[in-house]
Amino acid sequence: MPDRIFSDRTAASAPSNRLVVLPFGKSVEIAYKSIRVRFFRSLITTLSLVLAVSFLSFTDVSNDVANGMLASDSAGLRQALVRAGYDLGPEAKNVASSPKQRWILILSLLVCTVGIVNAQLMAVTERFREIGTMKCLGALDRFVLRLFILEAGMQGLVGSVAGALLGAVFALLAGGLRFGGAALQQVAMAHVGASIAAATGIGVALSLLGVLYPALVAARMQPVEAMRVET
Amino acid sequence: MSNVVRVSGVTKSFKLGKIEVQALKGVDLRIDRGEYLSIMGPSGSGKSTLFNMIGGLDKPSTGKVFIDEVDIAQLDAYELAWLRCRKIGYIFQTFNIIQVMTALENVTLPMIFAGLANDAAVQKGMKLLEQVGLGDRHSHKPFEMSGGQQQRVAIARALANDPAIILADEPTGNLDLTTGEEIIALLKRMSQERGVTVISATHDFKMLNVSDRVVWIRDGRIDKIENREELSISIGRIGARE
Repeated sequence: MPDRIFSDRTAASAPSNRLVVLPFGKSVEIAYKSIRVRFFRSLITTLSLVLAVSFLSFTDVSNDVANGMLASDSAGLRQALVRAGYDLGPEAKNVASSPKQRWILILSLLVCTVGIVNAQLMAVTERFREIGTMKCLGALDRFVLRLFILEAGMQGLVGSVAGALLGAVFALLAGGLRFGGAALQQVAMAHVGASIAAATGIGVALSLLGVLYPALVAARMQPVEAMRVET
Repeated sequence: MSNVVRVSGVTKSFKLGKIEVQALKGVDLRIDRGEYLSIMGPSGSGKSTLFNMIGGLDKPSTGKVFIDEVDIAQLDAYELAWLRCRKIGYIFQTFNIIQVMTALENVTLPMIFAGLANDAAVQKGMKLLEQVGLGDRHSHKPFEMSGGQQQRVAIARALANDPAIILADEPTGNLDLTTGEEIIALLKRMSQERGVTVISATHDFKMLNVSDRVVWIRDGRIDKIENREELSISIGRIGARE
């Protein structure tokens, strides 16, 4: 019987025994270990995300503070806002971020995404041999893709949560210092929570967006790269 | 006896810029099951190209490569991955132990890919590490091990799914003389005990002592194929030449 490998080729109903697998739990484990071993590099990759997300969260929560003060209908707090430079019309019921503020935010997030792409491309180049070896051991493109996306997702989640909390804490502190404790009592915690959640979500999304191209580069790599001696 | 690898009329050309380079100019080769075969040749001879083709890492421009009588050009990405996982074990000059994993995790990874349950994989992995003499170092990371030890891990990893073929690309290239000899002896022992075919591309004349056959590649063609008997006569001369 010559066709030893695929003697079951005609029996297409049983392809499962010809398929290489990587259980999801194992992927998570490998991705987690990979981050832990390269902790310093992961930290740097994540740091730009932390900064951008905390800036976003800071801006949003600052607005939440101002809105809380306006909603209290207290003339003193309204005066305090105007003195602090908020551009309030006599009838204004809430504060929204100005176009300039939004523009700076978008720019910072953009720069952060480019930073992530750059860092992840470096990481992929650094790990060419590792990826090639895995492919020689039978890994499919999508295993590699999944590992990179999981890693980026974990980094993104940790970085975004840290950034969002950091930004919120600083915004509340700044609000308290500028307007006094009375102002903080007016802040709707639900709004602050929503701002933190939104900032976290955007951070994770950017992290995943940033890793997409580098992960595709990694996944498409040929296993023969593992044989190369240089580098 | 069936051929575990059959190469017939294989040519391979690359494009280097605008120039077309022919790395292989028609190679025919049959490799028997359980054989220990060395491919020798100067760099640039097409040795690596042929070797990659036998390992299913590259496809020929014309001609056919059969591994276990399956034409690898016919396989899709999934089947190729399966072939690499189950039928071929790779050993590299640079060891290529996955840096973030321990010795044991490196050995179990191909078994996980093959669908083995974690416990069974760990059990088998420990046994393999003991066989290559590293039973007590299973939890060490690659940077805590010497080159020879890393190559032993690589051998255990290559054997993980009981492959038909072990492909060793200059397995002793980054090792000193004694360690290289140990690795060659280990490969030979594994090949005899398990009946696995070992194919190695090498410059290392120590390899010739244990090879059943040596294929000399020159200029994209097979220059000559020597059996062991012919080799043992000329081995002194070869040794002196080195």
